[in-house]
Amino acid sequence: MAFVELAGVTRSVELPDGGRLDILKGVDLSVEIGHHVSIVGRSGSGKSTLLNLLGLIDTPTSGRLEFDGTPLDKLDAGERDRRRGRDVGFIFQQFNLLPGRTALENVMTPLLYATGAQFWNRRQLASELLDKVGLGRRLKSTPDQLSGGEQQRVAIARALVRGPRLILADEPTGALDVETGATVMELLDTAAEQSGAALITITHDPNVAALARRHFRLDAGVLHEIDPAQMQTLAATGATL
Amino acid sequence: MAPPGMPEEPRRRTKSGGASRLWTGFVGAVVEAWSELRIHKTQVLLSLIGVGVAVTALTGVVAAGSIATQATVEGFERSSGRPASLYVGVYNPATGEQPRKSDVDAAFATAMERYGVTYTNRTNYGGVSVQFPDGVLGVQALGVDQPFAAMRRISMAQGAWFTDRDALRLAPPVVVSEEVWERLGSPDLRLDPRIGIVTPTGTVSAIIVGITPKQSLDGSFLQAYLLSDDYDRFVPQDPLYPQLPQYEAWIPPESADTLIPLLQRDIAAAMGDGWQVDVQRNDYLAWQVEDPLLVPKLVVIGIAVLVMLLGALGLLNIALVSVKHRIREIGIRRAFGATAGRVFFSVMMESVVATFVAGLAGVLLAIVLIRNPITESYLSLVIQDIPGFPIEAALIGLGAATLVGALAGLLPAVVAVRVKVIDAIRY
Repeated sequence: MAFVELAGVTRSVELPDGGRLDILKGVDLSVEIGHHVSIVGRSGSGKSTLLNLLGLIDTPTSGRLEFDGTPLDKLDAGERDRRRGRDVGFIFQQFNLLPGRTALENVMTPLLYATGAQFWNRRQLASELLDKVGLGRRLKSTPDQLSGGEQQRVAIARALVRGPRLILADEPTGALDVETGATVMELLDTAAEQSGAALITITHDPNVAALARRHFRLDAGVLHEIDPAQMQTLAATGATL
Repeated sequence: MAPPGMPEEPRRRTKSGGASRLWTGFVGAVVEAWSELRIHKTQVLLSLIGVGVAVTALTGVVAAGSIATQATVEGFERSSGRPASLYVGVYNPATGEQPRKSDVDAAFATAMERYGVTYTNRTNYGGVSVQFPDGVLGVQALGVDQPFAAMRRISMAQGAWFTDRDALRLAPPVVVSEEVWERLGSPDLRLDPRIGIVTPTGTVSAIIVGITPKQSLDGSFLQAYLLSDDYDRFVPQDPLYPQLPQYEAWIPPESADTLIPLLQRDIAAAMGDGWQVDVQRNDYLAWQVEDPLLVPKLVVIGIAVLVMLLGALGLLNIALVSVKHRIREIGIRRAFGATAGRVFFSVMMESVVATFVAGLAGVLLAIVLIRNPITESYLSLVIQDIPGFPIEAALIGLGAATLVGALAGLLPAVVAVRVKVIDAIRY
């Protein structure tokens, strides 16, 4: 059963001159628990908008979006926020760590919105996860004391700390060098596989996209599935998308 | 599905789950608020100076008001007695004639003894001539009974008030004002200094046992207390217009309404026909219903509230700027599950927690300012029973600070809620 399913989803915005811009056009996508999906596309193709819809940050203009079997229009704003906190883990290109807070405090942040044992044991849970991503000795370091790769590891730990069923990674290696990016992606891929969560990666980099099992390309708001062999070829030639 | 080793979070809403969510939501918001304050401590401290000072002013005013009220009350009690003080008057309504003092003394004493009233007093007002080193001077004399000091809050600068042991002395005891004592050359009380009271039959040597605090700057307040019996012996009465003493009793206020008619009836019965007996309350509570310091208190509280509002405006300014700077952070929190309500509450709590801490500091400062040895030594000159720091003053200060925090946090909280998550993450 699909954890998140989009059928004929469109997203458009009104322009200042009164016109309308269609960002997404009739998107169909179904992602199941445990899947690793990549979405590639040029800047402005609507990748981030799609990610926002998948992460319940935005709502479609038309079409059907089901999250964990529940149609989006059945969830009020508060419930969408709670589901997002509980079931979705975000990883951003610019890491988006909270400035001035230590690595531990950053990873504890999502647990502040949890309940029960997750809330009360947040320090222990966050420490354990940072240890798992290899930052057990950097708990008290603030973002400005960490390298780009370390910051993204903190961001991965933060995305995973509530045990999400869907991980959304928006250009996770975009701000990293090739070698660090590869290490980070390996960590993310392994962590997602171990937790059994679905992982959707949005990227420009065919090498990063090639790590996924299913591949999609977004072109001017239209989503196409790409054959895995084609993606492997793109990755091998180092083509830019 | 949680990562290996991670506890699962409940996915179904239950009644106990709802309560747990509320509780963790509250604790989480306070934790977030405290963390924010810790990170931005410098700007928070700067913004809270105004609030802290205003709370100090507000709390200090309320506390000072309570002390001033006590001072006023003690002033009233010194002049007309403590609640409930009953004054007894006896006269002939037809002729205005006064009865014999011995008859009234006996009727008054018997009635008081019958109802177990132990704080009774007879006050005579007159004057005596006293031999000072530089000559004889007139001194205001008051003949009183031993309970008078407790009934009228007479405090002593040196020595002690009259006691039962004074009856064993060979010379009459006397309590004088500090001005009299200084005029006598400030003799050492441990040496039982004497004072010469000039009477029609010669000079009587009395022993100074106590000194009341100074009441004049130029030394003109010359006063002496004598026990009633000594007063009768040494202070000449005008044979044509003999004066009865003022008869007074101090009873529990709650029994006043019951006791007044009984005393009136018994004393009248003892005096016999033809005499009118009046027993009435004369303490300040019998005639003072409004707080005499109400107007000045309201004025100062008004000023403190104004200062508090100015402090709140400063706080609001900084909180608004701070929220604008934290739009990205708010977006990140929203992405990780913070609901709009939670963001609103957290931002509001930042302001409330900050002003509560500032209020606490302000209240502590007010306590230190009012209850320190230097202030208390000054206060003790005018107040016998310095009241403790009033708890209502501390509560008003803390309550006002929290309210100001909530009001100042309202607008930034609304701004924070209106932040669009998508835009905030890219901010």
